[in-house]
Order: sequence, then C-alpha cells, then structure tokens
Amino acid sequence: MAHAVVTGPAAPEDEASRAVPVPGPRGFSWGTVVRYVVLALGAVVFLFPFYYMLVGSFQAKSDTSIGGAFPIGGWTLNNYKEINSRVDLVQSLANSGIFTAGVILATVVFGVLAGYALAVLHFRGRGSLFAAMLLVQLVPFQLLIIPLYVMIVRSYGLADSYLGMIVPFAINSTAVFIFRQFFLQLPEDLFSAARIDGAGELRILWSIALPLVRPALLTVTLLTFIGPWNEFLWPFLITKDNSMQPLAVSLANYLSNVAGRASNPFGAILAGAVVLAAPAVALFVAFQRHFTSSDLGSGVKG
Amino acid sequence: MTTATVPRPAGTPRRSRLATVLGRQPLGIAFAAPYAIFLAAVFAYPLGLAVWISFHDYFFTAPGASVDRPFVGFDNYATVLSDPDVRRSFYNVGVFLVINVPLTVVLSLLLANALNAPIRGRTFFRSSFYVPYITASVACVAVWLFLFSQDGMVNQVLGPLAPDPSWLVNSTLAMPFIAVFVTWKQLGLYILLYLAALQSVPKELYESSSVDGASRWQQLRNVTIPGVRPATTLVVILATITGANMFTEPYLLTNGGGPDGASASPVLVMYQKGIEQGNPDVASAIGVLLVGVVLAISLTNRWLLERD
Repeated sequence: MAHAVVTGPAAPEDEASRAVPVPGPRGFSWGTVVRYVVLALGAVVFLFPFYYMLVGSFQAKSDTSIGGAFPIGGWTLNNYKEINSRVDLVQSLANSGIFTAGVILATVVFGVLAGYALAVLHFRGRGSLFAAMLLVQLVPFQLLIIPLYVMIVRSYGLADSYLGMIVPFAINSTAVFIFRQFFLQLPEDLFSAARIDGAGELRILWSIALPLVRPALLTVTLLTFIGPWNEFLWPFLITKDNSMQPLAVSLANYLSNVAGRASNPFGAILAGAVVLAAPAVALFVAFQRHFTSSDLGSGVKG
Repeated sequence: MTTATVPRPAGTPRRSRLATVLGRQPLGIAFAAPYAIFLAAVFAYPLGLAVWISFHDYFFTAPGASVDRPFVGFDNYATVLSDPDVRRSFYNVGVFLVINVPLTVVLSLLLANALNAPIRGRTFFRSSFYVPYITASVACVAVWLFLFSQDGMVNQVLGPLAPDPSWLVNSTLAMPFIAVFVTWKQLGLYILLYLAALQSVPKELYESSSVDGASRWQQLRNVTIPGVRPATTLVVILATITGANMFTEPYLLTNGGGPDGASASPVLVMYQKGIEQGNPDVASAIGVLLVGVVLAISLTNRWLLERD
C-alpha cells in the first residue's frame, strides 16, 4: 500500500528557481562537480538493475560475468515465450488491469466526492472524518490482513474474485487528501457565486470545481496506480486459482516454485519482471511532472 | 437573477434547526458517506476484530458456521512471547531498522540536496531516483536475486572478496541485505519529500550565512538540516512503518525468511502462523504487538527529533 504523504499543491514546481545559488566563479566550481558526481552515482545505482533486467530478459544464456552486462550477441525472445508458457501473461496482465482499474475508478469517484465534501461543504461529522482520514494513514495494512482475510475469504466467500481483491484498497486515503487539498485552493467566492446562481452542489462539483482540479485527477490516478498494480501480499493471500492471479502474484509463484526447471530460469524471470515493471515505469516517465506538483495556478487565478 | 434565489444566511430561523443538526450543507454527508462507510468497514471494524481475535481461541471455519470461541485472556500473547520464531523476527526487524532508517535519511537528504539546484538533466535524475519506488517489489526482487546469487554478477566483480556463504544464504548478512534492498527501493519517495521540504528553507538564510563566511558543511549543518526537520520526522516515521511491515522481501529474496529464520519478519511469521498453520488468534496477537512496538518507536523518534 502506498503510504505516500503529499504536501499538496502548495509546493511550487519551479524548485530550480529557488535553489541555492552556487558560490564561486561562474562556470566552474568544485561544488558543482561534486553535485554531478553524486547525482550520476545515484542514477547508476538506481537504474543499473533495470538495465540489467532488460538486457538479461533478451539473452539466450545467462552470463553473470561483467561482460555479460554488455552483450554483443545472443539476443532472443525465447525468455518471453518461456514465461508466457508457464504464466499466462495475457490473463495475468488482464487480472492486474482489472484490479488496478477497479481501485482507480472507486478512488476517483468516491475520493472526489469525499474530498469535495471535506474541503467545501459544512456538515456534521466533517472534523471526525478528516481526523479518521489522517489516522488511517498510520494503520499498517499488515495488521489488518488476518481480520480482512477472515471477513473477505471466510465470511463473505470472496476468495478468487476481483471484488475481494479490490475492496480493501477501494478508496485510497492519500487520494482523498490530495483532492481535499486541491479543492481547498479554489476561491470560496467561486462556490458562493455558483450557489447564488442556483446551481446544486453536484452541478458545482461537476461543472466548476472538477475542471479546475484536472491535474489532481492525473496525480491521483498515477499515485493510486502503483498501489494495486504492485501489490503482492493481499492478492497472494486470497487467490489460489491461477487464472485469477495478478501478474505480481503469478510471477512470484513462478519465482519461488517453478523457476528451477526452465532452460534459462533467470532469463524467464527477468522477462516476467520487465512485463510487470514496464507499464508503471512508462506511465511515470510520461507523466513525471504530475508526480511532484501541479499546474493548478493558472486555473485558479483566471 | 432575482433576489429570491439568494440563500438565506445561516442562522435565519427557518433553516437553523436542520443546520444545527446536520450542518449548513447536509448534502456533504451524502457525498462523504461512501468514504466514511469504507473507513468503517475496511479499517475500524477489522482493527477491532484483530484485537478481539487476539484475546480469543479463534480458528477458521466455513462461512456461516457458528462455533464457540472462548475468551482466553492473554494466552495468545503468552504463546507469542515465548515463541523463539516470533522473538527472532522482532530482533530481525530491529536489525533492519537500525540499518535502514539512518541510511534512508542520510541518502535521501544527500540526493535531494544535490538535486536542489539549477542543473542540467534535473528531470532525468529526479525520475531515475524514483523508478525503483514505482516498480513492483516482485520485479525488483527478481533482478536483485540474479545480481546477488551465488555466481551472480556482484560476486563475480568482488571475486575473492565475495562473502561465503553468499549474501542471501548467509545468516549474518541476509537481514542487512534486505535492509539495503528496501532502502534502495523506497528512497525515491523520501527524496521527493525532502525536495519539497527544501523549498521551504528560506533562501535568505543561505545568502546571509554565506556572507558571514559559513562553509558549505556549516550551511548544511546549521541551515539545511534544521530547516527540513519536520520532513526528517516524517521520513523516519514512514520508513519505520514500511520496514516493520515488510513481507514480500523476506518471502521472496530469502525464500521465506531464511536461512533458518535469520531474515524472517513479524508479518511473514504472522502469515505462516495465521494462514499457513491456521492460528489466526496467535497471528493477530503478533499484529497487535507489532503495531504497539512501531507506535512506541515512532513516538520516541518524534520526541527525539522535535525536542529542542
């Protein structure tokens, strides 16, 4: 479960313009050199395993020597065929997709409603709900696995079902918090004016508030995506049927049970890892600027 | 537009009774209801159930079956506390936190600080740092297993310096190894938190301290670190909670907490005792103890970090 705490839209993205000025002569300073060395080392440490994963997934034989990281030949797609013959990749990806889409849908619909209510509307219980939302962030999901397992699998018989997978993650509290922060940024007058014009709350939310917080929708979708897509423990507990398992679970099962029997076991595992990692990495690289901040400014000031 | 559409200000006699009971916009209750019900059903009720189970002789039954589950007081807790597997797992988490938390704070502050300047390739560096964070643990574990296996690339590079037995089957190194893996995996999130916090450190402090002849090291110690202290508290608490709740890493990296329980985490033991061996009451007691310990550590850390 992603326990991301987001500071809200208040933090501006133009971090660079506020950054510390580099002392010393223009163009060259030892400080800058050290800075680049630190950053480059960091990038290598963070990215090399992914590079190695990608290269290894296309190699016919696993070569663990240093030269093996920079192969010149031996390219093959067999590892992907191998993993696909052991783990039904299409079915697993579909299961991951349904699980993730269900969580995102519920989070966006109910999260927007709750976030709007918490930010804009005055109703009894608002303070308690807000407190509960913050408190929930501190409850470790793992404490809940036994009671949730008892409830969902034993009492309601929802093992091996999409609903059973989705329910515990249905509304991401961090997302509700982000929506609330975004709605709080909108000027109060906007809502009073719409009410004077006779618009109902649902109409105000749909036609006025929601279009102004569109960046929040993207941020929330990205943030919510990584939870269920990468989740292992919960779907692992409640799915015994292979055809219902998300990719993270079926790949883990392959990793711990079957891998030894494949001709190039690591190649097949790495191919599965690439398939599992690629959608999340692609989404975040494409929308990386929405992961830290918002471009809400212009929408509100207009 | 006519004056008739203007809502009466709150407090006019006709609306006041409803408004005092339900609030000025009672529709808010309807908007918030699904989320409130969700919190009650998926957090509050299971939380209570976990505590209830831990005080009863509880076992799994078929749906709808009603059986007697007698109250047993602290029996489950006594079982847990005298179980060497459980004790070992709590000790392991201690080893994990002692390595993981300081490493996380130092490295994420260092990298956030390095990123916090007008430099070339800033977006590239920032994105590359959070790639592990957004990737599934299972995928990351797969490649680390490959890199750190007996004949893996890391041991090939180290040559005679490679540990024997190798990383993941070495009872001394397995837990520190997992701590380093989790640091690598989660660091991106904490870098982003520190990066946001660095924006709120007043720029003037750097300028004036630089005029006063402070070195970069002095600036870091006397301006940056105090300036991002609330973020440090948050990072320490989040890292503690994440670390205390890990399951996937020992389950997959060290093949179920091996060698011989040397890298088992409390949540892994919970899974083994509760689901595999069918003792949900003992598992719930582990869970309640774990949360108690994590809460105590978090509060202590907060107190240590925020006192003056």
